[in-house]
Amino acid sequence: MQDNIGKPEGSSFQLSSTTDDKESSIMNDSDIMEAQKRCILRPFLSFYDYQDINVITGLSPFGSATSRIFDLDRLLEKDKLREKDGFPRKIKLGKLIKPAKNGTDKTIIIPSATEEKFYHWMREQDVGEGKSTGGSGEGDEGEVIGERQLRPDDEGEGEGAGKGGAGDHGMGADAYEVGRVLTEQFELPNIKEKGKKTSLTKYTYDMSDKNRGHGQIIDKKATLKRVVKSNLALGNITGKAEIDSTKMIITPGDRIYRILSRERDYESQAVVFFVRDYSGSMMGKPTEAIVSQHVYINSWLVFQYNRQIKSRFILHDTEAIEVPDFYTYYNKAVAGGTDVACAYALINKIIEDENIARNYNVYIFHGTDGDDFDSSGTAAINELVKMKSFASRIGITIAENSYNSKNKTVVENYLRKSKLLETAPDVFHLDSFRADEADEERIIKSIKILIS
Amino acid sequence: MELVSQHIKSIMEGCKERALDAGLRFDKETLEYIVTNTDMLELSPKNMIPTLYDYWLQDIQVLHGKGEYEYFPNNPYETVINTRPAISFYNDNNPDWLNVMIFYHVLGHIDFFQNNRFFEKTWDYDFKQKALTEKRMMARLYSQKGRKVDYIIEFARGIDNLCGYFDSLSEGGNFDALNLPPRVAYYFNIFLQSVKSAGMKMFLEEVERYDAIAEKDEKIKEDLFFNKILLTNPEFEEYFNKYTAEHTVSSKRDLLQFIMDESKMINTAENSWMKTVIEIVRDTSLYFSPQIRTKTMNEGWASYWHEKLFMQDDRIKGHEVAFARINAKVTSVSRVGLNPYAIGWRLFMFIEEMAEQGKISFEYNRIDDMKSRKEFAKPTGKGKDFIFSVRENFCDFTFLNRFITQDFVDKHKLMVVGQQVNQQRNTIEYFVKSRKAEDYKSMIIDSLYHPPKIQFSVTGENVLHLEHSFEGKELYREYISNTLIGIEFLWGNTVELETIELDLDEMKKQGQKSGAAQKDVKEQVKPVYAKVLYTSKYKKITKRKI
Repeated sequence: MQDNIGKPEGSSFQLSSTTDDKESSIMNDSDIMEAQKRCILRPFLSFYDYQDINVITGLSPFGSATSRIFDLDRLLEKDKLREKDGFPRKIKLGKLIKPAKNGTDKTIIIPSATEEKFYHWMREQDVGEGKSTGGSGEGDEGEVIGERQLRPDDEGEGEGAGKGGAGDHGMGADAYEVGRVLTEQFELPNIKEKGKKTSLTKYTYDMSDKNRGHGQIIDKKATLKRVVKSNLALGNITGKAEIDSTKMIITPGDRIYRILSRERDYESQAVVFFVRDYSGSMMGKPTEAIVSQHVYINSWLVFQYNRQIKSRFILHDTEAIEVPDFYTYYNKAVAGGTDVACAYALINKIIEDENIARNYNVYIFHGTDGDDFDSSGTAAINELVKMKSFASRIGITIAENSYNSKNKTVVENYLRKSKLLETAPDVFHLDSFRADEADEERIIKSIKILIS
Repeated sequence: MELVSQHIKSIMEGCKERALDAGLRFDKETLEYIVTNTDMLELSPKNMIPTLYDYWLQDIQVLHGKGEYEYFPNNPYETVINTRPAISFYNDNNPDWLNVMIFYHVLGHIDFFQNNRFFEKTWDYDFKQKALTEKRMMARLYSQKGRKVDYIIEFARGIDNLCGYFDSLSEGGNFDALNLPPRVAYYFNIFLQSVKSAGMKMFLEEVERYDAIAEKDEKIKEDLFFNKILLTNPEFEEYFNKYTAEHTVSSKRDLLQFIMDESKMINTAENSWMKTVIEIVRDTSLYFSPQIRTKTMNEGWASYWHEKLFMQDDRIKGHEVAFARINAKVTSVSRVGLNPYAIGWRLFMFIEEMAEQGKISFEYNRIDDMKSRKEFAKPTGKGKDFIFSVRENFCDFTFLNRFITQDFVDKHKLMVVGQQVNQQRNTIEYFVKSRKAEDYKSMIIDSLYHPPKIQFSVTGENVLHLEHSFEGKELYREYISNTLIGIEFLWGNTVELETIELDLDEMKKQGQKSGAAQKDVKEQVKPVYAKVLYTSKYKKITKRKI
């Protein structure tokens, strides 16, 4: 009996089959996704969830989330215009599904929107009773007839670090999708033109080429110059006498037009350092928050600045190491104590050794829970001061542990004491939040703070 | 999207004949289409009306508030739409017998659309034609005004659930109502009952006195009647004037209409096109209103008939088992959850049986003794007639409120299921909360579609003041600000919303005072409500307690 209740009983997705032989074909991916989503949203169905379309005819009223997006770019473009018009954005980005236990889950972005209206609603958690629904069958009043897991959406999401699925290394392709969407929201700050050496096969089109005789738009100034030149040669204009424009001759060859031109687009390059604290205290929620944030940032960079960005990944506890790829960075499991300064020192060493600062913009994103065994932070501050001279942005995220409720964390304290945030507001951005309260929206907001 | 084949069509014509013989009444013309999944993508955001106007958010999965969206019922996706002729949609590879079942279901719906009083306003025109004209109009406006049209649609849709559906129903005098002069109506409806709290006796005496004045001229009759009242209640005029001053502004107009008529921003030559857009949004909302208010009845009625007619149909003998399987999936009551097909279908059968045995009568109701109730039988032979009249005159609320009785709840072993957290097992448990008909009824009625009631007036310097009539549930807070910003845009000036909300800070304080551990606060503290005022000015929302 209890099993029955754990599932969305009588769900439209079980009903959607019409005959035996069709049963398997009707349950396609989108249905299952939809069902899973609904299962998380609601354990049971109410009146208005039952619709003829799925119950009787076996059609699905909702296309799959992905197929519904006819043209995501166009929609996001529209959404962007809303901000310009002074209205809040409408499209929200859906869940990023991390690798599941069996490694089969994919990362998909689901844009969604709500139509806000005045609706009645009861805050049950505050009024003190859960929502009631209907039911039928045996059982005395007060008898428990079933149960479900308290937080079904915790399931299958993995812990981020350490627990991620090992089967699939295809972060890139998925990241591309995520990035495509995130790109609409972010832009790298303080980007300077440095070492334009990447020859990109990216072109922009402009009306900057000039052509004599014919073209698309007449360039009046250039045409006039040309006319004067010709007439000088013809002797219609002499040095001192008053210019008589009626005597001037205009030949078709004097007309200068601007025509469409293909321009090679040069873009600035950057190196982005991702730094993550993987010490013991980071275990659990803080790691999850930091890792999700870095997944977002990395996804976005892969998409937006594909060829011009080099990402470097650094993990630290009391010792800092550089790891070769994002996958390792993302999945490496937790270890010992914490020393923030060593990570910063490693970055400075890399930058110096490879002479990165001359040719690249440097961005550093550091995620930590705010613990540092050196509570004065002298060494860390020293390293940060060194960075200040070349970094375009240093974004530090502190995902506070829940037990650290009242006081500011060690890292935040010494950062604020050092006044770096005030003296170089262009370079240093800090965001701290409670790790257990960090939902997706908060994480994206945090990214905005870091790169704003 | 293409019409069904001649073969299927001929089967369906046979169904129509049988349905008409059984007593259903509907237009003979219908259209049936085969739809593919691609068609569904286009159709579903438009609630299956192919000609509905375009709106960009239709291209996105519209969620009605993440985890909470069970609270916000949306317009139903029917397999048949209420147009002239009615159009229904089918999957392309259904076997014949299944199409027959679906078609009977569809005929049930069509009969309901065309005979239930709540659909009266949709009887006189063909919505899909109207929608097509409106869609073209919108497209033209869009080419002229660009994305401004989107904003107007969005903001108008933000309050389209407040359209005065019931007021529009009573328009046109199809329902008899006493047409009293305003002063007399106020005296009987408000003054006697609310101000004076007069008893039934006095009320009836006054009615008698009014009727007794044999005077043709209304004005003189009114004066004669009030002569006596003013002697004993000199304050009456004052009360009446105050009441009329407060209530004339919004009388019989819903918020959308009011904005169209009174908004200074819209009533300028350059913005008058906005009225067209708002009108279209309002009409569309009115069109869907009866459908969402009769969900349970409509599905129950259709299920009742598809079962009955299918089993009687001689052409599909041999498919009973397959039918039973599908039918059971559709109409079984779930262990946990509410299924409108199941409840509606059972209720119709229950009512029919009751009426058949003469149990829908005063005589039966006054019997207390269980045994005599069970044995009560005064066959009337009017069971079918009775459910036909129910189909004509009831909507979900009246239907469920009137007919869910203890007999019904007991018969189908229905119950209210509650939820509680089990900390040890880290689960949410479901338990049988109640088997009382009253509880079951109020649980169902609580889950019915019921938009908030918002009254409005203009105060101060052209400020639109909205007042939410609190009915035990607060407004969903996350949506308030954006909705208000939308109204502010349409109104062209500051908008206020007065409503009642749980005072969470106060509750926390009380929780601390009583010394409860943090976890138990929610369970121990009684809800405290406070009146709050939201103000939307220059797209900025502020909120304060009043």
